[in-house]
Amino acid sequence: MRKVYNKINQIAGSVITIQASGVAYNELAEITTDAGPALAQVISMRGDNVSLLVFAGTRGISTASEIRFLGKQLETSYTPALLGRVFDGSGRPRDKGPAMQENMIPIKGPAVNPAKRIIPKNMIRTGIPMIDIFNTLVESQKLPIFSIPGEPYNELLARIAMHAEVDLLILGGMGLKYDDYLFFRDTFEKEGILSRSILYVHTAADPSVECIQVPDTCLSVAEKFALDGKRVLVLLTDMTNYADSLKEIAITMEQIPSNRGYPGDLYSSLAARYERAVDFEGAGSITVLAVTTMPGDDVTHPVPDNTGYITEGQFYLRNGRIEPFGSLSRLKQQVNGETRGDHRQIMNTMIQLYASARDSMEKQSMGFRMSDWDLKLIKYSDRFESEMMDLSVALPLEEALDLGWKILSDIFEPSETGIPTRLIEQFWPRETAKVGAAPAE
Amino acid sequence: MSQKGSYGTIVGVNGNMLTVEFGESISQNEVGYAILGDKRLMAEVIRVRGTVADMQVFEDTQGLTVGGQVEFTDEMLSVELGPGLLTQVFDGLQNPLPRLAEQFGFFLERGNYISALPRDLTWDFAAVVNVGDTVMAGDTLGIVPEGLFQHRIMVPFSLRGVAKVKSIVSEGGYTVEQEVAVLETEAGDLSVSMVQTWPVKVPIRCFEERMKPTEQMITKQRILDTLFPVAKGGTFCVPGPFGAGKTVLQQLTSRHADVDVVVVAACGERAGEVVETLREFPHLTDPRTGKSLMERTIIICNTSSMPVAAREASVYTAVTLAEYYRQMGLSVLLLADSTSRWAQALREMSGRLEEIPGEEAFPAYLESVIASFYERAGIVRLRDGSIGSVTIGGTVSPAGGDFEEPVTQATLKVVGAFHGLSRERSDARRYPAIHPLDSWSKYPSLIESETLDLARQILRQGHDVEEMMKVVEEEGTAIEDFMMYLKADYLDASYLQQDAFNDVDAATSGERQKHVFDFVAKVLRTELKFQEHAEARQFFLSLTQTTRDWNRAEWESDEFKDVEKKLHQMLAEVTK
Repeated sequence: MRKVYNKINQIAGSVITIQASGVAYNELAEITTDAGPALAQVISMRGDNVSLLVFAGTRGISTASEIRFLGKQLETSYTPALLGRVFDGSGRPRDKGPAMQENMIPIKGPAVNPAKRIIPKNMIRTGIPMIDIFNTLVESQKLPIFSIPGEPYNELLARIAMHAEVDLLILGGMGLKYDDYLFFRDTFEKEGILSRSILYVHTAADPSVECIQVPDTCLSVAEKFALDGKRVLVLLTDMTNYADSLKEIAITMEQIPSNRGYPGDLYSSLAARYERAVDFEGAGSITVLAVTTMPGDDVTHPVPDNTGYITEGQFYLRNGRIEPFGSLSRLKQQVNGETRGDHRQIMNTMIQLYASARDSMEKQSMGFRMSDWDLKLIKYSDRFESEMMDLSVALPLEEALDLGWKILSDIFEPSETGIPTRLIEQFWPRETAKVGAAPAE
Repeated sequence: MSQKGSYGTIVGVNGNMLTVEFGESISQNEVGYAILGDKRLMAEVIRVRGTVADMQVFEDTQGLTVGGQVEFTDEMLSVELGPGLLTQVFDGLQNPLPRLAEQFGFFLERGNYISALPRDLTWDFAAVVNVGDTVMAGDTLGIVPEGLFQHRIMVPFSLRGVAKVKSIVSEGGYTVEQEVAVLETEAGDLSVSMVQTWPVKVPIRCFEERMKPTEQMITKQRILDTLFPVAKGGTFCVPGPFGAGKTVLQQLTSRHADVDVVVVAACGERAGEVVETLREFPHLTDPRTGKSLMERTIIICNTSSMPVAAREASVYTAVTLAEYYRQMGLSVLLLADSTSRWAQALREMSGRLEEIPGEEAFPAYLESVIASFYERAGIVRLRDGSIGSVTIGGTVSPAGGDFEEPVTQATLKVVGAFHGLSRERSDARRYPAIHPLDSWSKYPSLIESETLDLARQILRQGHDVEEMMKVVEEEGTAIEDFMMYLKADYLDASYLQQDAFNDVDAATSGERQKHVFDFVAKVLRTELKFQEHAEARQFFLSLTQTTRDWNRAEWESDEFKDVEKKLHQMLAEVTK
């Protein structure tokens, strides 16, 4: 029988300190409080002084509360029965289903051996032209969605979830507004994808310490499914809240902050999570999409900055659209050569023309004279924005490419687009094709 | 590792730092193993105070208890040196990753260590000394062929004074652990095998003299070789914000640099990038040798999700392996990506040690640690007269892309060349995104300095004009100024920018660079007269286009000569 301790020496923030012996680092302990049992984890040991992080917060904990060490680390259940279920940050059910106790797995695992990774080669179709055509999502990729509060990033995640061609979805919510949680749950239910999804949602009202378990829980469950041959898409929102929780704990622990109060190991902590995205040789894969809100729309803020160094590109969500400039999928070259012959060309041409259109609009706003070409570009940019960039557009890649050709051919002559003749002959829509001889009057 | 050390008891655990009470004497940087059930977790002493030592553990510390045992080894953190290092992929502590994967599967479970050099392979040893010869540390005892090279089996670098060869084996196949020679030293007989160990944090100094780096290391990247060259034995750093192309540039350099051996240290970066190198290098041919690029490469890979303390060790492991091959009279290039992650590892540890922090919480000794790392580069004359060199290039990932931060600044103080990447240029798709005005190099270039001065001057003036044009528009710019802008833009677009995805353009030999730059310099020198802005712009547009075609044509092919002729004609027509 394990020893019970009932003398807490110090309570500060979410951390309590007691005198105990024979305790293992990172071991879990159960604290009996008036409000029921609370979980805590050993985060530092100095002689007999053991500091524990209380996940539910220390509110109401008395110096005489009972502490019992459990001899195990943080775990979560892994079973196919998880599908369709909704849990909170600590893995307790949020729906009316039973608590999951079977087949417990540790939520922290060793890193994948780089020698066992393979070069990613499969596209994940999302039905969103701005992703599929312009910045293709690739299996095992880790991509953040940089945005600011107020942008529809959760709507974007939900849309990707609806159409993404994967076997399994895992949603990790961190510091979600309760409304947003309900939005996800209802959308998943309505769209019929809940049955192949698992939701771990920590809401803004929950103890902030529980927030830091969410990515680990999501990713360790994802890892097991991936090893089982499943293609898993992990959606995380919002990683800035996760980083803020890390900051809160580090400050309570009296660690020396490095940059704007964030702990010195912020990069390592974020990287350890993102790097769990993987394509296992001979098994499944984990792909990670993570919302990162940028405080003050500042990409040099420590959270987006460190994230950018870790991830394989980024999507910028601005004004309700995925911004084509700045957004980048570093892995798109691995897959967009093998989709359709015109994919790369449409990708480049449409963006180049859209960039020129922005220049024209700038000219217009400064009151310069508009040439016919400028007007054409502006017309193009209107159609591009409403028919392609708009978040409500959902088209399979092929139809989206066809739409691209249609927009181009409605507005431009083939020669104005700079597309090689070979592709013009193959893809330029017939009824408006101006190549070759004009029909006789 | 030896079992001769003493034992200690854990009295504190904080993250990956252990506080250990020890009985007998221990030394700074000594390695110890924390015992956890049947696992032994490697750790290194980083501070001693009274009877307690602080140790950084190279693994996750979960499950360790106060009162647990630590076994000291009486050895500093060391690597194995011997034949068979080339083509291998190691983690920061020199565990071969592919063999770990074979034995333990997908994951890097803690406490699994494998010796770096395969014990079952035999190598064909041929002695070059005779019994009775006098030798010193670093002298060659024999030769074994290792891929492209004659690998020297050397007298252990740790030998003090002189020794006499007492016996040496005859020609034949031996494994790395078999005795190949016995040396008679002041301290008694010393058995020598093909493998020796060396502490990673101590530079190998078995050479006659260190020389001034002057011979250029051609990277086949025009902007580097022409404007910001690197010398063999020199140092350079590549800072840049994320997405500016640091890693692509490093990969290109590792492929094309004209050195014998390349050591790539992927330190705290994305695993995916290492995987690309890992999977692609074996299939790429080295144009210098016709063999696979992997044959001249060692990869040290401690990616961001692997333990932080091992990240710190990885750069030292890499530089020690580089120095080892330098001792064979080879030129070695060490590419470290990224030194910022290494500095962050120092910062994490310093925080746990509760040291008084310096700027941005980096430890106060950051600068001296960075300086002593880069100082391990150099070109040396060995005792047998041959020349070996270690060139070090490190990328820096400054927070927020701001070069004022401590790691960039500390690095700039000690390197010989600065290749600053700019977000502005990468956004404009001007690759390699090295900023031509901010970057600098202290090494000599393959182009004579007069021409370079002219080129730099035009770049600077062109930039000024460009800034001005943002206000007054093209029409409001004097035609002379406008010409300056066009010339600068021409130099940039047709020479400094290079297409990494075009097979020919991706690598430009030194000879070709001289040839092409000759023409570019001629354009820069020629006084061109145009009446209209549009006319001038049109001329330069087509000149740029044609020069780019030239860059894509195979060196000295008919196409190359045709385009060259055309370029001279174009220039002649406007100077008539």
